[in-house]
Amino acid sequence: MIAKKGDWVRIHNIVLQPDKRASHLPDDTKKCPLEMWVKGFLVTEEACIDDEVVIETYIGRKMEGTLIEFNPSYQHTFGDYIPELSYIGNQLRAILGGEDSE
Amino acid sequence: MSRDNSYEAIMSRKNEIMKKAVGIDYNEFEREGIAFDYEEMMRKTGYSLDQIIEIEKNTSIGNTPVYELKNLTKLARKLSPSGKGARIFLKDEAANPSGSFKARRAAVSVYHAKKLGYKGVVAATSGNYGAAVASQAAMQGLKCIIIQECYDSMGKGQPEIIEKARKCEAYGAEVIQLTVGPELFYTFLKVLDETGYFNASLYTPFGVAGIETVGYELATWFRENENRDPDMVVVTNAGGGNLTGTARGLRKAGAKGTTIVGASVDLTGLHMASDSQFNKKSFTTGHTGFGVPFSTNPDRSDVPRSAARPLRYMDRYVTVSQGEVFYMTEALAMVEGLERGPAGNTAVTAAFDLAKQMDEDKMIVVQETEYTGAGKHVSAQLSFARENGISIEIGDPVNQVPGENIILPKHPSLIKAKELDMMKLKKSYIKNLKSDKSFSDKELEFIKDETRLSIEEIEKIVEQL
Repeated sequence: MIAKKGDWVRIHNIVLQPDKRASHLPDDTKKCPLEMWVKGFLVTEEACIDDEVVIETYIGRKMEGTLIEFNPSYQHTFGDYIPELSYIGNQLRAILGGEDSE
Repeated sequence: MSRDNSYEAIMSRKNEIMKKAVGIDYNEFEREGIAFDYEEMMRKTGYSLDQIIEIEKNTSIGNTPVYELKNLTKLARKLSPSGKGARIFLKDEAANPSGSFKARRAAVSVYHAKKLGYKGVVAATSGNYGAAVASQAAMQGLKCIIIQECYDSMGKGQPEIIEKARKCEAYGAEVIQLTVGPELFYTFLKVLDETGYFNASLYTPFGVAGIETVGYELATWFRENENRDPDMVVVTNAGGGNLTGTARGLRKAGAKGTTIVGASVDLTGLHMASDSQFNKKSFTTGHTGFGVPFSTNPDRSDVPRSAARPLRYMDRYVTVSQGEVFYMTEALAMVEGLERGPAGNTAVTAAFDLAKQMDEDKMIVVQETEYTGAGKHVSAQLSFARENGISIEIGDPVNQVPGENIILPKHPSLIKAKELDMMKLKKSYIKNLKSDKSFSDKELEFIKDETRLSIEEIEKIVEQL
């Protein structure tokens, strides 16, 4: 898919390569680069996923990075049904609804 | 000429960048050695309580409702010896425009930034504060950038943080999402340097003074409705600002007899800067990973001197487990009809157990709630925990190991607030001051204010170091 100037996109870039990171980090973190994701309107005339592009964020700042998403949307949800939670309400209502309940 | 933006270059310009970005000359309050004049800083750089009330009123913040949690009180009484079980109250801070008490902190910072002529505000936060700053910036007409620690190196992010990004973007903020690491601070400084925007830090005097209204409103509400001050106020403790501000507000209202209790989720053993442990946390705030280090070393924050100094105000500090908080979040919804976000219910969980230890005629207050929704919900957080290999069990929470399992108490009588040793925290605080020489009289006076220990007690601790 080709994204056009003005489209809402998401970019990614590397802020610090592993060897440029702060010295006092746990070993697992030290091995990874510091990465960044930002959304904005495409400034580049036309671009495909993985192209290096320029965007303008919602507040008007220009940023460069690799195009990774076109019309980025939120995918988070309320999660799965958690059967382990289902006893709680009735347990509490049973305790509260004992002999001195109104 | 373009500036050097390498890690070292930005970090070495830290003081210069900060000075421009907060508009406070912290040197003015430095006294001798480790000592600085905290009250002078709060007075000279902040706003009076009346001014803050006015600023917050302008964007309809505050005067949030107080609920008496009658069913949870009844439950606590059923599980405690006769005559025990204090009345439990809740201040519903989710009723603020951005869905949490953080709107109070943000209102003053954004107001101040605007007054000083800054074009925008920047905050480094994964949480409710980002949403609050973004909301206030939208209301007061400033630009806003929120910087988040959001993903691990696999690009996997906690639903709670992703929800907060959504909320910030809904208010028109630019959200910069990063992988795990303390260099969030580097990015923050770089953005401040590039934009010349205001540092809406949680730890400036504005950020903390904004919360004083919570304490003040509580004291006023209890006097008007119950004819006296609450006996105990429980505050979810992370960076310390919530506790500090609430306690200061209570004091300003003259409520000197109210016991202030900090409550955090126990995440002992999980390293906060570890890429692989990042998503083993099923809580992004209100936990010991922030609560303990920020209490014992408050100036580790993003301003030279933090206005959040919880040891000055905290009478007791308790921890609860994630399973207990998730259980109480369900309880709050199921028997009180209040569906609120889990992190804010840390204090509810602690209060439920503390109420059982208090006499029936006492009153205990939880001073905040937060909004809930997709990503910031018990089922979202538990689903994510399960995806990350954490087992979800029903049993005794005493067996919970952070990062390995989450245990929902099989019965509410198993909910226990664990007491942390305040003396130990105060000792750590003194140890963190790391002075090779002995403290001067002025420095000892400062430590006395910071820890509420006597000079004799402090000297004894210093000797043992």
